[in-house]
Amino acid sequence: MTAAATPPVLTVRNAQKRFGAVHALKNVSLEAYRGEVLALLGDNGAGKSTLVKCISGVHALDEGEILLDGEAAPVHSPAAARRAGIETVYQDLALFDNLTPAENFYCGREIAWPRWLPRGLRFLDRRAMNRDTAAVLERLRVKLPKLDAPVALMSGGQRQAIAVARATVFARKLVILDEPTAALGLRESRKVLDLIVQLRAEGNAVIVITHNMEQVVELADRAVVLRQGRKVGELRPSRASQQELVSMIVGAEG
Amino acid sequence: MANQSDVATAAPEGDRARGGGSAVSLALRLLGVGPLLILIALAVAISLLTPNFLKPANLSNILAQSAVIAVVAIGQHLVILTRGIDLSVGANLALATVMGGLMFRVTDSPTLVILAMLAAGTVVGAVNGLFYVFGRLPHPFIITLATLSICKGLALELSIGHTTMRGMPDAITFIGGASSFGFPNSFFVVFGVATIVLVLTKTMVWGRWIYAVGGDPESARELGIPVKGVLLSTYMISGLCAGIGAVVLSGRTGASSPLYGNLLELDTIAAVIIGGASFLGGRGNLGHALIGALMIGVIRNALNLMNVNVFFQMIAIGVIIVAAVEADVLRNYLEKRARTIQAAKTQ
Repeated sequence: MTAAATPPVLTVRNAQKRFGAVHALKNVSLEAYRGEVLALLGDNGAGKSTLVKCISGVHALDEGEILLDGEAAPVHSPAAARRAGIETVYQDLALFDNLTPAENFYCGREIAWPRWLPRGLRFLDRRAMNRDTAAVLERLRVKLPKLDAPVALMSGGQRQAIAVARATVFARKLVILDEPTAALGLRESRKVLDLIVQLRAEGNAVIVITHNMEQVVELADRAVVLRQGRKVGELRPSRASQQELVSMIVGAEG
Repeated sequence: MANQSDVATAAPEGDRARGGGSAVSLALRLLGVGPLLILIALAVAISLLTPNFLKPANLSNILAQSAVIAVVAIGQHLVILTRGIDLSVGANLALATVMGGLMFRVTDSPTLVILAMLAAGTVVGAVNGLFYVFGRLPHPFIITLATLSICKGLALELSIGHTTMRGMPDAITFIGGASSFGFPNSFFVVFGVATIVLVLTKTMVWGRWIYAVGGDPESARELGIPVKGVLLSTYMISGLCAGIGAVVLSGRTGASSPLYGNLLELDTIAAVIIGGASFLGGRGNLGHALIGALMIGVIRNALNLMNVNVFFQMIAIGVIIVAAVEADVLRNYLEKRARTIQAAKTQ
């Protein structure tokens, strides 16, 4: 699936990040391609979250570069990264409990008119936002009990699905999912994994942080392993290589 | 990935959850309309106890007496929607009436007097907002408590020892004291302000941002919503509403006073909360503020009609606030239940 011929959507080159005495990223490089799920693996403190936060504009790299479609990515803030086409779903989901799914989808980028008014003074086009949200949820086969109820009333899996679906709509280049199934039960995890497969089928580049080896083997086209801030391996996950992956993560491969 | 035993045990659990689900959603719906039901029940009970209650003159009186609380509560509800609080509204209103009174000494123009009051209110609101947002204060409690004290002191200082300054332009006493079509004119003021705020909050992007900031300020910032501007605007509008309240109150009394608006912060916060908005931010609407204001007006009026003393009125309103906040807590608990039920339903 990783056609070497197609250029990567995302390229991270020689990323370095220090937090005081802690050297969180040591010369990390990776690439992400369209239509591919890349698993980012590593033990706690390996640097996965730091790397993802650098890509999505929360932290700035000390050295190294982040390229989107071959050009320097303007990821100096989360909002800028979002504008550049990178959507990140963190574990807290960043959903507004008091708003409906459609209101959550479009929060901060509402469809509104007339265009000549300052953004805050425009009138909401509720119908368009509800219609588009319903269409996206339908396309991604996300089933919600009610579209007009606040997301506070929805289950963990449904909320995760809403957050992931929102990310897909607006991600023109890359979707990053930080442990998307960590808080979910078996059945709800299944739904979210199906959703990730769907994302890939639609040609998105997806990076998933996860600790679940079953999911990596089942889902990921490629896995990058970090340990103590260093990239220690990259391979195509399979049942056969599962043990090798675990060894890389814990640092026992010799 | 779901294995056989998992499916088997989940089925009855799902059934049980479904039964509980309708009960929980019914309870949530009841909590939603609760304040309105309580207001109606209150009105029925009081009208049985005191026949005078339902007379048109008395109802009109209730509207007039609730108008100040209602209009200031409309501003307060915006602030509370963003998880904030505006303790300065009462003192702000007092200062605004004094500014109006001072303006009336130099000019007869009702426009200028009204403008003085509205400007005073808005400036105080802006000070609250600017210090809260750009002074990086941890909570608006502190700055609005400070401006409460400052406004009160300024109002007393500027009125140079007069507890009341008599006289207001006719246009203002007309707004605050007269009636049209059988309704007090102040009712129309409340109606007008409410309509504007309703349009702002429910149909415009700005209103959506208020709910987003109240729901999750951190996420709102990450999504590129101008959180600081939104917060500042709510405090300015709350101040403006205090200024409008000042026009109505000084119109009703035909005077201005540094002693006006005493404990108005309490009444307006109480109105918003007992009306059903959440103290935790992001939940609530204009209807809640108005129902709450009317409820306080009705309770005061009824206790007056029944000759219950004013101290008991304060106790009654305090008790109702506690009940309303508990209802808010209960709602949060029920929503958590609803989530669990949803999870169980997911097949």
